[in-house]
Amino acid sequence: MTDSSRSRARSERGLRREAIIEPEPDLGLVTMNGPNDPEPELTIVNGVIVRMDGKQSDNFDLIDQFVSMHGIDLEVAVETMALSDQEIAMRLVDVSVPRTALVRLSRGLTPAKMAKVVSKLDPVEMMFALKKLRARRRPANQAHVTNRKESPALLAADAAEAAARGFAEIETTVGVARYAPFNAIALLVGSQTGRPGVLTQCAVEERRNLQLGMQGLTTYSETLSVYGTDGAMVDGDDTPWSKAFLASAYASRGIKVRSTSGSGSEALMGHANGCSMLYLEARCLALIRAIGSQGVQNGGISTVTLPMALPGGTKMILAENLIAAWLGLEVASGNDAIASHSPIRRTAKLMGQFLPGTDFVTSGYSAMPKYDNMFGGGNYDADDLDEWTTIQRDWQIDAGIEPLDEAEALRVRKLAATATQAVFREIGFPEITDQEVADAVTSYDSRDMPDRDRATDVEAADLVFAEEISGVDVARALDQAGFQEIGEAVLGMQRLRVSGDYLQTSAIVGADWNVVSAVNDPNEYEGPGTGYLLEGDRWNLLQSLPHLLDPDTLNPPVSEEPAKVTVVGDAMRGSDPSEVVVGVGPAFLGTLRETINGLRHEAVMSALAEGVASCGGTPRFIRVLRTSDVAFIAHDAASLSGSGIGIGVQSKGTAVIHSVEQEPLDNLELFSMAPLLTLDSYRAIGHNAAAYALNQRTSPVPVELDNYARAKHIVQTTFLHATETAAVEVGAAPIEFVLG
Amino acid sequence: MTEFDPQSEYPIGVRRPDLIRTPSGFGLGHLTLENLRAGVIPEDEFRATPETLRMQAQVARIAERDQLADNLERAAELANIPDDVILEVYTALRPRRSSAEDLENWALRMETSYHAAAIASLVRQAAAAYATQGLLA
Repeated sequence: MTDSSRSRARSERGLRREAIIEPEPDLGLVTMNGPNDPEPELTIVNGVIVRMDGKQSDNFDLIDQFVSMHGIDLEVAVETMALSDQEIAMRLVDVSVPRTALVRLSRGLTPAKMAKVVSKLDPVEMMFALKKLRARRRPANQAHVTNRKESPALLAADAAEAAARGFAEIETTVGVARYAPFNAIALLVGSQTGRPGVLTQCAVEERRNLQLGMQGLTTYSETLSVYGTDGAMVDGDDTPWSKAFLASAYASRGIKVRSTSGSGSEALMGHANGCSMLYLEARCLALIRAIGSQGVQNGGISTVTLPMALPGGTKMILAENLIAAWLGLEVASGNDAIASHSPIRRTAKLMGQFLPGTDFVTSGYSAMPKYDNMFGGGNYDADDLDEWTTIQRDWQIDAGIEPLDEAEALRVRKLAATATQAVFREIGFPEITDQEVADAVTSYDSRDMPDRDRATDVEAADLVFAEEISGVDVARALDQAGFQEIGEAVLGMQRLRVSGDYLQTSAIVGADWNVVSAVNDPNEYEGPGTGYLLEGDRWNLLQSLPHLLDPDTLNPPVSEEPAKVTVVGDAMRGSDPSEVVVGVGPAFLGTLRETINGLRHEAVMSALAEGVASCGGTPRFIRVLRTSDVAFIAHDAASLSGSGIGIGVQSKGTAVIHSVEQEPLDNLELFSMAPLLTLDSYRAIGHNAAAYALNQRTSPVPVELDNYARAKHIVQTTFLHATETAAVEVGAAPIEFVLG
Repeated sequence: MTEFDPQSEYPIGVRRPDLIRTPSGFGLGHLTLENLRAGVIPEDEFRATPETLRMQAQVARIAERDQLADNLERAAELANIPDDVILEVYTALRPRRSSAEDLENWALRMETSYHAAAIASLVRQAAAAYATQGLLA
């Protein structure tokens, strides 16, 4: 059997590099409603849970124990566990049941019940429920900023640009663990240069991570990974209790905490216990709420491609986000790790979070090209920014990224790199050279950056821990070096820790250091016209893309100078059987002087005349004034032609060969691709029109076809045609004219 | 000074700055770059006090986030515990690091040295749970 060429072409697409498989439930490779998932159940005796989701309490594993002790409101449970899955599912999508009522319900549900209920919804229902359940009113976004060389100047520049683009949180990590303090400092300085108040973190091993936070070099942490089985949890060297303690430890230092879960991790680690991904994720989420974390990043995350290998993967990932929001948690909804080789598939998946809006639409948009993403991320990266902001504009959706003018991007990049250079100098870290600063401003990625002495760097970075160099020291260094404004902002980040306001659910820091969270700005969507509406200044901002074209550049040049044509008089019907009448549009050689392809109208006329003559025909030119429509122009020309054959040409260049015997909207040959028509094309059109006039056999003029022509030219075409239409004189008779 | 109302006075830093104090008792207004330059801000001032964290716990509780409130109350207990002790307790709670006795000693120390009753209770729960799953050292 030989494959077809089409099948071969499809097999060479990026998509086909991915393994797509049938479910293997025993390995945990099933997305939802797994055959081994327990039936939801809850038995309470004397105020104690004695049976939950298929297990007697003496068989409870660590997660069951923690969730049953801290995660379920027994009073609410009596009420909600008695409701049918269908009833609860209906309420999730019932616009008259508000978020607060649904979050209350969730306090009494077991993990198996949540998974069962949510799996009754279809994707659009899930999106609607998610829109209703998002904790914070306005969606936001989080950026990744990393690079392979761990160049501090480039990290700072990228962080500054990300902050200026409106990211509310910026996350970095390391290739080499010992670099962590340097990366945290570069991120802190860079982010505060771009926009004061942006929260930052440096994701490293838990203990080191906590240390960075304690020293005030980071303000949030989402390293608290949680898994849905004990086996995976213990392999991750933690337990529910160590995680709960850690969550409290971070909060005690004024550090915002978000957990990380995400389906597929248990199966990948060999500890899925034969359960479905959604059920295990529901266990994670119940545990995350139970330990008192304010939020979660979930929805596949680093193992996103595993659910996507299975039927219902994208849907299940959305279901994960939905359960998290339902539990009242802040949700950073994945879309960070590369989910597919296929851009179509990546974006199809993205819409599940993008359209409803989540607290952080991605849990890491790669602010730099994906080559430099050290999180395995880059599902969307620096190259995609214009697409992202354009899609926001297309849907009138705020997905947390603002358009940024190039001059402003360059300004903040340079300022951030220079400020970081100064901080390194003041504190006595290895020098950041002027060359590094300059390259950091305009580089594509770290391959364009000078190499640093990495041995010296990591030795110096060790001192940050040894000497407890803090965020306050960074502010002081900035102040000493003359960067007061950035110093103030870095100090402002330290000050935020004193009030602890950003420890509340879904907190981000808005303008003027105002903390905005689910407490003071909750999502109160209750139907059309309520909740977050993208309008006013914000909508204007998100519309004003830097690649927006200035209409003046699209408006055709309007000519003041009179064209060199002589009007012969009213156009009469001819009698010469070799005649071809060329009818031009009302603006032709009037207000307009060239076609959309930049051909001068005089040259187009000459080419048509040459073509007609080359086949033995006689050309005659008339201007049709009553219409700007090419078919009617051509038909009018044909009806005045001695042969009954005419050509219609619009000012933008679109042409038709017509016969008086045809209906106006019919034609002999149509040349709609004006941007592709050359003078040779017009010669060939003239030739063929004469051939029809003289009853000679002729092949249709070959036409170029470009299906992208419309996408490229439609706006310009509209402008040109508007000018032509403005020149129409209703009821006016055509006039005959000659060049010169 | 009127009492704190967790229902209406969040963000506390904005609505009730009078209630926010640094560990040495300064108000937020004291934490400026000028004062930093002048050397009149003691080390380690940029953190929440136990009182502040308890107010945040009240805010979370009234917003019907009981577990977050519990967490912030535990955080209030940890606020005055030195960094290195916190890191030690965390390590002790990791799987197979501690015997039942080790954990009980930590719980006692949390109670007696730091008045951290909620933390002590968390450590004891851990010891009991770890025993059921063979995760004690």
